[in-house]
Amino acid sequence: MILTALCLTFIVFWLTNLYPNLEKLAKTQGNFRMSDEAVASWLETRGYLQSTPKKYAEWLGVVPSYRATDSEGDVIGRCIQPGIAAEDSPSYCGILQGYWGWSTVFKEPVADIVSLRLGLTGKLMFWVLLVMVPTALLVGILAGMREGSVTDRTLSTFAITTTATPEYVSGVILIAVFSSSAVGLKWFKGSATSAMETVTFENFTLPVITIALYGMGYVARMTRASMAEVMTAQYIRTARLKGVSFRNIVMKHALRNALIAPFTVIMLQFPWLLNGVVIVETLFNYKGFGWVLVQAAGNNDIELLLGVSVVSVIVVLVTQLISDIGYVYLNPRISVS
Amino acid sequence: MEPLTWTGSLDFLNPIFIALIFICAALVAAYMVASVFAPEAQTTVNPDGTLSVSPSLLTLVTSALKYGFLAIITVLLAYLIGGMFLGLNAGIIGAMSQQFVPVWISLVVLFVLSITYKRRLGLYGKLFDSTVGMIGFALVMFWVFTGLFGAFDMIVTHDALTQVSGMKNKVPGTPMRGADEGDFPYYLLGGDNLARDVFSRMVKGCLIVVLIAPLATLFAFMVGITLGLPAGYYGGRLDTILSFTANLILAFPVILLFYLLVTPEIRATGLPQYMASILFIFPLVFLTVLLNSRFYTQPGFRTPLLIAVLGMGGWIYLSLISEVGSKVHVIPGFADLFDLDGGILTVFVSVVFVNSPTVFRIVRGLTMDIKTRDYVAAAQTRGEGAWYIMLWEILPNARGPLIVDFCLRIGYATILLGTLGFFGLGLEPESPNWGNTINEGRKLLSIYLHPAIVPALSLLSLVLGLNLLADGLREESLKD
Amino acid sequence: MTKTEYDGPILEIDQLSISFFTRLREIPAVMDFSVAVQPGEAVGLVGESGCGKSTVALGVMQDLGKNGRIVGGSIKFKGRDLGQMSMEELRDIRGSEIAMIYQEPMASLNPAMKIGKQLMEVPMIHQGMDEKAAYDRALQVVTDVKLPDPKRMLDSYPHQLSGGQQQRIVIAMALMSEPALLILDEPTTALDVTVEAAVVELVKELGKKYGTSMLFISHNLGLVLETCDRLCVMYSGEAVETGSIADVFDKMQHPYTQALFRSIPLPGADKNTHPLKAIPGNFPLPHERPQGCNFGPRCDYFEAGRCDADAIQMEPIEGDDRHWSRCLKFREIDWDAPIDVIDQKAKAEIGDVVLKMDNLKKYYEVAANALFGGGNTKVVKANETLSFEARESETLAIVGESGCGKSTFAKVLMGLETATDGQIILDNRNIESTAIESRDTETVSDIQMVFQNPFDTLNPSMTVGRQIIRALEIFGVGASEAERKERMLKLLDLVKLPRAFADRMPRQLSGGQKQRVGIARAFAGDARIVVADEPVSALDVSVQAAVTDLLMEIQREHKTTLLFISHDLSIVRYLSDRVMVMYLGHVVELGSTEQVFAPPYHPYTEALLSAVPIADTSIEKQHIVLEGDIPSAMNPPPGCPFQTRCRWKSEVPGGLCEKEVPPVRQMEAGHQVKCHLADDILARMEPVIKVAAE
Repeated sequence: MILTALCLTFIVFWLTNLYPNLEKLAKTQGNFRMSDEAVASWLETRGYLQSTPKKYAEWLGVVPSYRATDSEGDVIGRCIQPGIAAEDSPSYCGILQGYWGWSTVFKEPVADIVSLRLGLTGKLMFWVLLVMVPTALLVGILAGMREGSVTDRTLSTFAITTTATPEYVSGVILIAVFSSSAVGLKWFKGSATSAMETVTFENFTLPVITIALYGMGYVARMTRASMAEVMTAQYIRTARLKGVSFRNIVMKHALRNALIAPFTVIMLQFPWLLNGVVIVETLFNYKGFGWVLVQAAGNNDIELLLGVSVVSVIVVLVTQLISDIGYVYLNPRISVS
Repeated sequence: MEPLTWTGSLDFLNPIFIALIFICAALVAAYMVASVFAPEAQTTVNPDGTLSVSPSLLTLVTSALKYGFLAIITVLLAYLIGGMFLGLNAGIIGAMSQQFVPVWISLVVLFVLSITYKRRLGLYGKLFDSTVGMIGFALVMFWVFTGLFGAFDMIVTHDALTQVSGMKNKVPGTPMRGADEGDFPYYLLGGDNLARDVFSRMVKGCLIVVLIAPLATLFAFMVGITLGLPAGYYGGRLDTILSFTANLILAFPVILLFYLLVTPEIRATGLPQYMASILFIFPLVFLTVLLNSRFYTQPGFRTPLLIAVLGMGGWIYLSLISEVGSKVHVIPGFADLFDLDGGILTVFVSVVFVNSPTVFRIVRGLTMDIKTRDYVAAAQTRGEGAWYIMLWEILPNARGPLIVDFCLRIGYATILLGTLGFFGLGLEPESPNWGNTINEGRKLLSIYLHPAIVPALSLLSLVLGLNLLADGLREESLKD
Repeated sequence: MTKTEYDGPILEIDQLSISFFTRLREIPAVMDFSVAVQPGEAVGLVGESGCGKSTVALGVMQDLGKNGRIVGGSIKFKGRDLGQMSMEELRDIRGSEIAMIYQEPMASLNPAMKIGKQLMEVPMIHQGMDEKAAYDRALQVVTDVKLPDPKRMLDSYPHQLSGGQQQRIVIAMALMSEPALLILDEPTTALDVTVEAAVVELVKELGKKYGTSMLFISHNLGLVLETCDRLCVMYSGEAVETGSIADVFDKMQHPYTQALFRSIPLPGADKNTHPLKAIPGNFPLPHERPQGCNFGPRCDYFEAGRCDADAIQMEPIEGDDRHWSRCLKFREIDWDAPIDVIDQKAKAEIGDVVLKMDNLKKYYEVAANALFGGGNTKVVKANETLSFEARESETLAIVGESGCGKSTFAKVLMGLETATDGQIILDNRNIESTAIESRDTETVSDIQMVFQNPFDTLNPSMTVGRQIIRALEIFGVGASEAERKERMLKLLDLVKLPRAFADRMPRQLSGGQKQRVGIARAFAGDARIVVADEPVSALDVSVQAAVTDLLMEIQREHKTTLLFISHDLSIVRYLSDRVMVMYLGHVVELGSTEQVFAPPYHPYTEALLSAVPIADTSIEKQHIVLEGDIPSAMNPPPGCPFQTRCRWKSEVPGGLCEKEVPPVRQMEAGHQVKCHLADDILARMEPVIKVAAE
């Protein structure tokens, strides 16, 4: 897993440090009308022209960071904060030392931005999961309990429709219906900017539902398939012929077996949810983690983008780990061997 | 001129339609509540062998629902057919229905032919046994035909890029200001913020989707299959490495990948083109191995066949990746069959790149399952080559789940294309593709709905159709 | 619920008809079926797959699913019609009065629930017991089904148990509330022969102990003979003959029953002098049943105009106890007429040695801990010092249960794996370490294989002809496409399939037909050695004989060496010249068929012989029930592989069995046994199977 994380961050690092990106960085930081030579020397002094693995190692903090003397004779380098003498600053500064870099767009340390925005997105995700998981499981179980009934067909149609509705479509429709000033019902707000301070029903419902809907359909369909499969299993027949009542069959025998598959699915949904978060935060103007990602990527803010990537990769990997552990816990067949 | 209303002279149908919808919704709700409490219907067999169902609340509701839905469909058809003949008199819906006449005709012809010969058409024919599958297929084919005819300027009412003064953000049904003789007199679905016709843009945007999404999915499948088969078949280190790579790509948040790959700066490095050169070579490898493993016992037939296939494939391949004046410029301009716009190529490559690991995983799993079958062992014991076994013994028997996944994945590719458009990545801004249009339309969403909601609903219905189609296919293939 | 006292028949099925409804048509699965089960009686239900016997069982349980309906007749349990009961009443009866045991023990236990809980559920629902009492009851029943360490059993999950143990748990679950009727649906089919014997023994014993009536469903006549008092033979949805075991086995009154008995290899049968008589034709599909007698088209006594006129009713046979037959002509047929032996064949000449195995070993290295890989690996000894010779035209049977290493041996021979040590010599060439890719075409086509599962042996998405032609292409037979096509059609002739089958897809073929195509494919390159891996065990009894015969016939013509892998000793005795018995990778006994089937035996062979059910009332068998299960090949016992279950172990002094692998001992000409037992003890052994003096 650590290997995966290293590989992924290295790829991001490599992609963001390709020369055209650096050239753009130099021009935005320095002067837009810089000549190619000027760009090269600007990059040279800041150590951007070293080999990628070396830069990566510096960024990680496993090798001392690059230093150079600029035209005014000052020693500059990644580790040297403004106002601190070069001699006093540490020679290693990277992710491992807790130094995430400096955002060129927000003019703030990356670590601060990421932690602040991550908190905001965490709030959003919490509500999303709170809405999505129980609803999805309930819908799936109700539909899978009696395959082919009207309940099943209605709920399945609902689930299939929501999976066919990406966030940018459902968001647009929801805004149109519930908050548009032209024809809408005006129940909720079409922007969630104010939810960054205080969450209210009015400003947070739409973004939460938008994300939840897309993931929900998928989980619900998984649950339904799994439930329907379990309900036709031989041991359910055994239970029925043991005289167990239908409700107890569902509650005691089917449920745990049927939840194994959806559980992993929910956990593996996280990379997708992240996707949704980006879209929804852009659409509803909620300045969370996804919004930062868009800003960083759009403005070529290399260090911020790197920080964001690291966090999202770690989030994804951690959820995968949790899903593996949960699977073992839910499925007794694995835990022993 | 008066602005058009939605249904025009068919207005009298509206109350009926709304009432029907409400009744059906109420019935469904009633059923769901009742099914929790009421007992299952008791069926008994009469002495003459017929079945009779004792009338219970549930069965009553079920049959009522059936008629309700039939009624709704009838009214919907009335709108469309009425519109076909009445045209502008039947309002916006009628006018649109008339514009879509070529699509309706193609759909009807396709369905009549398919249903007539469905017993001879294998899995495709069986699709017409399933209602869900048929609905899905109809939705998908509707957009496919729309895209095709739209490409020949048949359905569109105006040029998708022309801006007409005074039509900015106008609501659906607004008459066109200063319409010349021969111009279509209305903006059927209104104008967007640059005063372009929303209806025509929707139709034009359809082509991009129905072209790129299936093709990109096809390429992703080629890549996934060519790598997944050996990984599942051989296992061991090869499998470990390939699976690790696939998981690596899967663990990457898609959106981040897009942002990293599709920016103009990255495009300048030629990276997407290099990736294209790698990804696009898979179909070629796939075809070559497929034919070679099958015919190597007959060299006289094999060699010319392979030369022909490789020659043609190679040329197409080189034309695809090579571009005059870019980083990858291998063949001279005159030999270049077609020029892909750099934006489209990049979008294409990233969609293929994101989808192939999932396909890889599916193929790998299926291969691991099928390779334990006796017929694979039989092929092994008569000394067949590994690729023959993979491509001719294993792959054809994995086709069921793969076809189903193919449909789902086209839907997913469509969503991805939309996502790219939504973030303004890849395609040029004025392109009428749905993602871009939604992105533009959302900025004024709270005031003007139509520019964003039209492509949103189109995309929704296409993806829904694909999902339903996949569901129908899965259901039918399981019945075998 | 208190159990009602009732002294009539426990179960009375009267003219029952069950149909399944599909979108296209009604498919009758059971027609006009009547049977009665008296208290304490065990009734067998015998028939081939698809004859409707399981449907009857589900009908009794009133659990036919969505599409199944009872369309006529009644099922009375203790005098009450099950069809008229409400869901609540049914639920009360299920589990407490009627219990059912299925074929797949693993599938019928909830994988995510501890066994104790699953058992305790039954009395808690039906007798309203509290948890404590239910636990005690569960403990007691688990002890009754002779499972070791009952407390630990109750606390484990199903997957932690072996197949035999799981089936015992399922039996325990069925007995939890002492039901009046127990339905067993092929309860031992998924188990190994020696385990099966133990389970059958247990069922019989418990049936007596609890006084339970039983409905025993099986395709195996021998098993029914061992367990039941009465039986009912079914064919294509109808009961064709019912009666007591003695009446039906010895005085059968229906042509189908007679044909069935003639097609199974009983001890008297022999491939040369008394060949089996296969039932011609195929089992009719449910919607293609003929007019009149269902068995008519395949019957030797068929009389046009009479047998195919109207539906035929069951008629009692005078003088016998409740013995009925569904045949118009049973009074006219001379049931004692000797089988008109079709054609006696001369015993084939055994030729030169073709294949020789010398000290063949195959070890696998397995990571000891799957989760953390690497580090310590474990060696699985799949084959240990295998030595034998096979000659031209000879049939060598390889007998053993699961995990004995017979499949590994086949893989090594075919070249799919290479041997760890030892030699395989084919025509004086060593091939043990040549993998299939590096073998020349001739060697590959010389050794071919026929597979076990007919549904798996053909590629489902290629026509039959195409698959055979592909084999011809690979073996370099024929110069042109046309020549190969001609050769393919000849091969279809060889396996007695119509030439039209060349264009069929495998799913349009029945199991037996698929197996024939598999045989045709194996002989595409004129194979000299054919490994047949249980080629008939998945087929129905009536088809088995035909496929076996076909194999024998081709062998005779082509002078093929046949390595016949099987666990079914009856068929082995019928067709093989020599027999090799394997257990956990070791050859424990090797000799000619007569030598192996007569004492002195290896103790394992002895147990195996005793375990195989034989459908012949004149056979007396010694009952030898092996304790426990087959040890895992991953973790074999020290010393003699069989010592954990051997009943003769105490006869060997000094615990030698636990310390040393026994040496191979030559008995008489070509007969070898791997055992520590002293000569005098071996000589003392009695034959397991005795034909009772008549």
